[in-house]
Amino acid sequence: MSQYLEVFIEESKEHLQSCSEQLLLLEKNPEDVSIVNNIFRSAHTLKGMSATMGYEDLANLTHKMENVLDNIRNGNTSVSTELLDVVFQAVDALEAMVSSIEQGGSGQRDVTEIVGMLHRIETGEDPALRTEAEVSASAAAEAEEDTGQYTYDDFELTVLKQSKEQGYNCYEVTVSVRNDCLLKAVRVFMVFEILEKCGEIIKSNPSVELLEEEQFDNKFTVSLISKDSAEDIKNKVLKVSEIESVVCKSIQFSREETQNEVPGGKEEPEEQAQAVEIKPKAAENEKKQGNTKKTASSKTIRVNIERLDVLMNLFEELVIDRGRLEQISRDLNNQELNETVERMTRISSDLQNIILNMRMVPVDTVFNRFPKMVRQLARDLNKKINLEIIGAETELDRTVIDEIGDPLVHLLRNALDHGIETPEVRRGNGKEEEGHVTLKAYHSGNHVFIEIQDDGAGMNAEKLIRKAISKGILTEQAGASLSPKQAYELIFASGFSTAEQISDISGRGVGLDVVRNTIESLGGAVSIDSVEGSGSIFSIQLPLTLSIISVMLVHISEEKYAIPISSIIETAIVKRSEILQAHNQKVIDFRGKVVPLVFLKDIFDVPGEEEESEYFSLVIVRKGSKMAGLVVDQFIGQQEVVLKPLGSYLNSVFAISGATILGDGQVALIVDCNALIK
Amino acid sequence: MSEESVLNAEAVKVIVFQHGDKEYALPVQEVKSIEKVQHITRVPGTAAFVKGVINLRGVVTPIIDLRTRFNLDEEEFTESTRMIIAFSNEEEVGLIVDAANDVLDIKKEWFGPQPEVVGTIEADFIQGIAKLDKRLLILLNLENILNPEDLKDNQGKS
Repeated sequence: MSQYLEVFIEESKEHLQSCSEQLLLLEKNPEDVSIVNNIFRSAHTLKGMSATMGYEDLANLTHKMENVLDNIRNGNTSVSTELLDVVFQAVDALEAMVSSIEQGGSGQRDVTEIVGMLHRIETGEDPALRTEAEVSASAAAEAEEDTGQYTYDDFELTVLKQSKEQGYNCYEVTVSVRNDCLLKAVRVFMVFEILEKCGEIIKSNPSVELLEEEQFDNKFTVSLISKDSAEDIKNKVLKVSEIESVVCKSIQFSREETQNEVPGGKEEPEEQAQAVEIKPKAAENEKKQGNTKKTASSKTIRVNIERLDVLMNLFEELVIDRGRLEQISRDLNNQELNETVERMTRISSDLQNIILNMRMVPVDTVFNRFPKMVRQLARDLNKKINLEIIGAETELDRTVIDEIGDPLVHLLRNALDHGIETPEVRRGNGKEEEGHVTLKAYHSGNHVFIEIQDDGAGMNAEKLIRKAISKGILTEQAGASLSPKQAYELIFASGFSTAEQISDISGRGVGLDVVRNTIESLGGAVSIDSVEGSGSIFSIQLPLTLSIISVMLVHISEEKYAIPISSIIETAIVKRSEILQAHNQKVIDFRGKVVPLVFLKDIFDVPGEEEESEYFSLVIVRKGSKMAGLVVDQFIGQQEVVLKPLGSYLNSVFAISGATILGDGQVALIVDCNALIK
Repeated sequence: MSEESVLNAEAVKVIVFQHGDKEYALPVQEVKSIEKVQHITRVPGTAAFVKGVINLRGVVTPIIDLRTRFNLDEEEFTESTRMIIAFSNEEEVGLIVDAANDVLDIKKEWFGPQPEVVGTIEADFIQGIAKLDKRLLILLNLENILNPEDLKDNQGKS
């Protein structure tokens, strides 16, 4: 059972996610029946799966939800916000159950309240309006009781006749499952699989859905078109264990049924042609229903993330060896070796791209839970908010994705709670009642940016400064000299909360500093801009990947250091005479800008003689809009390296963000430029 | 591996290594391998006893000089100098020792408490003393040697 459990959980999550997405769509287009159909399908599949897996509560709740949806579909109930609230609650409860199952729980949960609510919505329903499937299934069941043969509609009849004319045999295969069979649905599934191999399944009684839910006694009948003989089919099906008996009889068309066809006789050729065309489709549909437990045969496979990590680690080892090989071939300077190594380098960089891409996940996996959250929050806060998501397909490394969810939730809550004003205030300020929040993700260079923009109240720099001073975060003097932008940064200081009223949504002042820490620990940065009265924008910059980076290797005396290319603007060589003194700081005039110099030799206490050379090699790096010139002894070149942590024992070394292993097997330290620029 | 369980076991297998004329020991469970000295990359801004990091089969491993840690005089590396790769709290750390050349089984009853007179600076690093014939083995307390608090105290040069 456990091997199914994983699939079950994964798929349930997918269906629930699609339910919530579609529900949000439905709220915007309440008239669109196709959306209801989509939700219905997801809910239905979920019901079938959970019943098969034995999660009764899950199946019951889904069933109730399905009934309500069915009413909407049939036009008995109209879509209202209150109704959707209840359905959303139901989906939430379902999600909670699935995650409880995932964590090894029973998936049981008290859902009587929600079921009650759903039921109240459901009542007033006209019992005559059942789903077609149910009607036909029950009709068929009745028919079977009477005659032992069940009825077909015109279309099915046409298909049956058509195939008979083409030399196929039509059978009704009645299969009895043994009484003591434990997993009836599984046996049914196996029988279907065999029958599908023999030919096309036209119809089954009870319906496929009911069979999947094990809602049948011990017997079910399948109408099959096949070229095989009845005996063959019977023997094949009997190979499935726990099957008691198989009766395979040829379908005989009664005169009545044949007569039914007569009135349409004139158009028959056309109709037949159509029927032939439709047949494979119909068969496919049946198949699909029969196979709901299997994922559609799309060309993706699920791979455990641990395996990808192992692959990544192995590849990192390979990159290190590649570096070593490149160095050896340079030293030996053998033509053939050089060519081979070059080829290998090319292949391994392709390989690197593929492996990195495999670990890339669209940010949608994080973004997709936001619409529902925003909707709920907006209702709790009595605000009208429209969330727009742009660039959800932007891809990021898995490790980043896993970490970025919580900070984003926090920033969004913040925008909703503090940013967007209440409708009354907005009207008073001459804005639209509905507030807009935009969540935008895009690639730029080696980074991914995520922006959260609201058109709310914005921030008041002076108010922030006063607040910070009163909280003791800032001194009065320091406060006076802050630029507005610096003042906005204050909200990231720990122990800072601007909400006048503390709500449970945000505003305990423990959040934004954590947000900043999380983002910085991912090698990213967060910045903020705001215009009072017209909104704020939070911009998060994240690295594409965390494990392989491009660096510039430099010599400082005998030691080698690596500077990430992402923070380098350019390299330069300046004369001693071009270095100017500003107070105690050495600076240069670089393209019209005053850039302070950082002597890495001093910062890192590199042992070695002070060389009095006439020229200085500089690496100009930046952090945001600020720049600095790092003084090094010699440039070595650019290289792809694997980022390795220094380990927890040495985790807080100043201005060093990690280490890497060079081609010659030595360790080089990676300079953290962000720490060098204040 | 907590200290007590080491001392309470009937017999302990230890790696013996030398520092000058003193002999020290670490339980084998805490030792992963013994390596020859290789290129050490200095890490700036760390405590003096942190020699730097090495590439140990693809893992960046910090290296501690036990001589500096015990406030002994530093000495040039020789042919017999070794790095003992030990683990503590799932973290691998290399210890530089003058020589490592013995594996012994020490019975529980050979252990004695640390003599008062030895109570110098290195006392914190000692778990117990074992007497074997005429040899005196000092069983080290790896956790205290790697105490990250000490790392912080000596930091801040930058």
